Amino acid sequence: MLRFALRRLIVALLVALTVMVLSFMLTRLSGDLAISIAGASATQADVEIIRRAYGLDRPLVVQFLDWIGRAAMGDFGESFFFKARVADLIAERMPITLTLGLTGLAIALIVSIPLGMLAAVRENTWVDRLVQVIAMFGQAMPSFWLGLILMITLGLQLGWLPISGTGSWQHYVMPGIVLAFSAIPALTRLTRSGMIQALGSDYIRTARAKGLSRLSILGKHALRNAAIPVVSIAAVQLGFMLGGSIVIETVFALHGVGFLAWESISKNDFPVVQAVVLVLALIYIALTMAADLLNALLDPRLRSA
Amino acid sequence: MSAPLLDIQGLRVEFGDTAAVRGASFTVSRGETHCVVGESGCGKSVSALAVMNLLARGARRSADRLVFAGQDLLALPERRMAELRGDRMAMIFQEPMTSLNPAYTVGSQMAEVYTRHRGGSRRAALDRAAGLLAKVGITAPGMRLGQFPHQLSGGLRQRVMIAMALMCDPELLIADEPTTALDVTVQAQILRLLAELQRDLGLAILLITHDLGIVARIAQRVSVMYAGEVVESAPTAALFADPSHPYTRGLLACVPVPGKVKREEALGSIPGVVPRIQPGFEGCAFRDRCAHAAPVCAGPVPRQRGEGAHEFLCRLPPGWTATERAA
Repeated sequence: MLRFALRRLIVALLVALTVMVLSFMLTRLSGDLAISIAGASATQADVEIIRRAYGLDRPLVVQFLDWIGRAAMGDFGESFFFKARVADLIAERMPITLTLGLTGLAIALIVSIPLGMLAAVRENTWVDRLVQVIAMFGQAMPSFWLGLILMITLGLQLGWLPISGTGSWQHYVMPGIVLAFSAIPALTRLTRSGMIQALGSDYIRTARAKGLSRLSILGKHALRNAAIPVVSIAAVQLGFMLGGSIVIETVFALHGVGFLAWESISKNDFPVVQAVVLVLALIYIALTMAADLLNALLDPRLRSA
Repeated sequence: MSAPLLDIQGLRVEFGDTAAVRGASFTVSRGETHCVVGESGCGKSVSALAVMNLLARGARRSADRLVFAGQDLLALPERRMAELRGDRMAMIFQEPMTSLNPAYTVGSQMAEVYTRHRGGSRRAALDRAAGLLAKVGITAPGMRLGQFPHQLSGGLRQRVMIAMALMCDPELLIADEPTTALDVTVQAQILRLLAELQRDLGLAILLITHDLGIVARIAQRVSVMYAGEVVESAPTAALFADPSHPYTRGLLACVPVPGKVKREEALGSIPGVVPRIQPGFEGCAFRDRCAHAAPVCAGPVPRQRGEGAHEFLCRLPPGWTATERAA
């Protein structure tokens, strides 16, 4: 297990390095940074001064190594627009995004695993079909629309939940539900198909021949084998929720990392964009690694892979 | 003679419009090894699963009588049936490679049967598991308990399955082709093991097989199944000495006997395949493949008694001699 974890870590580091190169190059390829920093009214001389001031006249390799060296120390430079340290900007907004993402994932898992198990146990009955129809609706529903509908019903008409801001835990419930809805269809279907496969297997027949309780057969013997694809996809979904929640954060006025990314892209605030892309990519890498390690714990055969 | 441990009369299993078992009857006495033989698709595995109530969803089971140790299994709700399974009746399967859960250790899978039915600590259950692994001939049982199924060979996994089946000292062990997936030397070891366990523990074994060599070696009693029916049932020696159903004779003719088979002579075979039988079928199901078929074979077939406990299902009289096959 330790060797597996070590090998997985090395792979993760290599991926991280690749991502760093890519995120660095992407911002440089999007145009002459000195010109966009200087603004529309700047003269050629102003641009040259800015180019030198920000070190943009140095060779790319030197700029890259310099950036990486600082990034490793937690220094992502300063935002052009916010006039604040990029690291502080991200640190300030990350808790909001993390809370939102974890809430969304928790809701998604709590809903989709029992739902998927139910559909599998009742395969090809009306229960199964109903679950699949629900999953399809979830897939088809735009999240901003669901968000607005919830705000109108739960927020304005019933007055149960606050509709915007980040003051209390209640503020995270509605956006969490909306975010969960984007993950529920895939997780439900994966749980269902994994459970159907597991329930048809010989070891489940053995478990039944041993006279084990229904709870033990479903929850212990079948679910553990069905969980592996669910864990992998849940990790990717969480990454998506952390990085891709721009729409939700905008709808609910949550100033998280997604919102920050959107603001800085529209303002061409490249140190922030670069840092956000890097941080989210690192989170993705960490999540997939965590999923692989969790799966290796679930299925011993993966440890030797 | 006391009542048999397992008494099956008129067992029927249907899947959709296919009748897999059509009124099969046989009994297993305490401490006896009873073999059910027949070719693929004759309903022998389905019969075994029907006894355990492990049939796939969609299967319909009925019987005139299905009694285990004095309990009517037909009247038993699934919850009570689950209490019997793994405790008083256990089962091992044809596929040792896939019958153990890949996600749990051998020890954990063995211990849970015991704690489920007998309670007690996991520690005590693991101690018992180690003892049984040693009993089924596994060296270093303590180490094996901590291993996962994928770390064991097929033969070892089948031994683990057998040891697991014995965790609660069952009265009946149903073994569904336990050696089919194993190579020949391992087959012999597993059979010897089953015979020893039967002798030492007084276990009754219902062994499903298509291999007459296995029957000759370990069975006290044999039932031959064909197309969902028991066509002949007899003590092993009587069956081999005096096979009475044309199908049984055909099966025995397929087995080469050293010293008896002449080099130039072709080994026997039964033409055709087992027919798919639909509910409501009448007459002898073997008649299309039988060299002795007559028009009366399409009508009701008499169940005849030979000497001792020898029964067979055919119009021909006991001790009939083979007439020349119609060319």
